[in-house]
Amino acid sequence: MIAFEGVAYNYGGGELLSDVSLRLAPGSFHFLTGPSGSGKTTLLKLAYGELLPTSGHVTLFDKTVRGMTRDDVALCRRRIGVVHQDCQFLDHLPLTTNVVLPLTVAGRSADAGNLTELLKWVGLGSLGSALPPSLSGGERQRAALARAIIMDPEVIIADEPTGNLDWEMSLRLLTLLVELNRMGKTILIATHDLNLIRQAKAQVSTRVLRIKDRRLQLAGADL
Amino acid sequence: MKLLSGLLSHDRQADRVVPPSGFTAQLTVFTSAAMAFLAVFALALSMASGRLADRWAGALAGTATIRISAPPDQIAAQEAAVLSLLATTPGIRSSRAIPPEEQTKLLEPWFGPGLPIDALPLPRLVELTEGPGGYDGEGLRQRLAAEAPGAVLDDHTRWRRPLAVAAERLRFLGLLSLALIAGATGAMITLAANAALSANLPVIRVLRLVGAKDSYIVRAFVRRFTLRALSGAAAGTVLAMIGVALLPRADEAGGFLTGLGFQGLGWLLPFVLPPITAIVAFAATRLAALRTLKGLTR
Ligand SMILES: Nc1ncnc2c1ncn2[C@@H]1O[C@H](COP(=O)(O)OP(=O)(O)OP(=O)(O)O)[C@@H](O)[C@H]1O
Ligand SMILES: [Mg+2]
Repeated sequence: MIAFEGVAYNYGGGELLSDVSLRLAPGSFHFLTGPSGSGKTTLLKLAYGELLPTSGHVTLFDKTVRGMTRDDVALCRRRIGVVHQDCQFLDHLPLTTNVVLPLTVAGRSADAGNLTELLKWVGLGSLGSALPPSLSGGERQRAALARAIIMDPEVIIADEPTGNLDWEMSLRLLTLLVELNRMGKTILIATHDLNLIRQAKAQVSTRVLRIKDRRLQLAGADL
Repeated sequence: MKLLSGLLSHDRQADRVVPPSGFTAQLTVFTSAAMAFLAVFALALSMASGRLADRWAGALAGTATIRISAPPDQIAAQEAAVLSLLATTPGIRSSRAIPPEEQTKLLEPWFGPGLPIDALPLPRLVELTEGPGGYDGEGLRQRLAAEAPGAVLDDHTRWRRPLAVAAERLRFLGLLSLALIAGATGAMITLAANAALSANLPVIRVLRLVGAKDSYIVRAFVRRFTLRALSGAAAGTVLAMIGVALLPRADEAGGFLTGLGFQGLGWLLPFVLPPITAIVAFAATRLAALRTLKGLTR
């Protein structure tokens, strides 16, 4: 689904990522860890086509990102649900409108029943008409997750999805992701939260990737 | 037209993804209204001067008069000489003596009715109508001098030609003003659209991240600006047309200032201004949006 081959990236200064190779097979579940500032968000941005690698190749659904037009990238994003670290919304529109935005821009309409159920599931059932700026950090993250999965994407990429959540809510969110994975979705999550990773390992077979010294390694049993 | 109706039927949901921005919205409406207002006057000017140019040019092509002043006993002979001379002059289609009753009618506006025309030493008038190739005015004048010494050729060409040229140029200036107004409208709407686009970069980023194509984003902006320009221009056009309609009516003498306005079907012409403004706004916003999007990360 998503493949990196000898990918390097720098923002103009020194190289941030070097020789990164990675293959997300359909139905796989990956965690991405590493110190703050090591390039986790950057790697995820490469994985959904927001950034182009400085060298090497990123392939999304068998198409190399470098050869994609802006429209190709847009179409790819409809198959990849993304929870961004900074969870941006359209601040002038209520939460429900924001959550169904991926459907709206694709020219599809939302099933009202599904939407209510989804919002209830992420614990935002009563906040549907709230404006995003009035939400707490955790509420924003849950809303972002709801927005990421409403399109029923093949791949779900989440950047620190539990960063602002309490443990109970984190577990609930993990359970949802595990469930989605069992339904065949490919999952990639960047997180610092080792407890979350351990919890996931107990439920599903996962691989843990770690960025260390600009390179991507497979973390071993030390977790 | 298809483009415009597609624009209008586009779903409101898409329209709302861009937050309403009061200031650029008002700016666009005002600019379009002001520009349409000016355009109506430029249009009225070029149409009025066009009519004038046509009339004068028509008069140029049309006729000339020969005035015969002679002692009463010679006048009939000279008139006959002039008529026969004209009949053999190449480039003259027809000629006729203007009968005294018609002459009275011509003079009535100046001297009032009941003019005792027989008592006045009025010259005899012969009107000639030019043929397609035109005639040689100087040659005619010389032959007239030889055969009918009391006859003077008065071709209106001499004083009307500069007027016709001026009117023609005025029409051109009016049309040029229309083109300039269209260009200025496009430029101002481009500025307003650019301001709106930069103010909404975060919105554009979110839309891209959830999978919106550029065309979707462009449409949201274009639709807004087009509708605002359309409504502004409609208001400006109507106001200006009221202004033109309230100008004092032209009497039949048709002075230039009082002739400024529209006639008959010409009143329909200003109604093309709002759609044209909308098309200008459409093109300007579309260009600005596409250019902005191309410069952003994917
Ligand atoms: N747009 C940018 N321009 C220049 N440098 C950037 C940009 N974005 C990120 N960086 C730098 O790249 C490095 C990696 O950033 P990144 O956001 O990928 O880290 P991260 O691993 O996600 O960190 P965190 O765990 O704190 O979220 C950081 O040093 C950051 O300052
Ligand atoms: Mg990060």
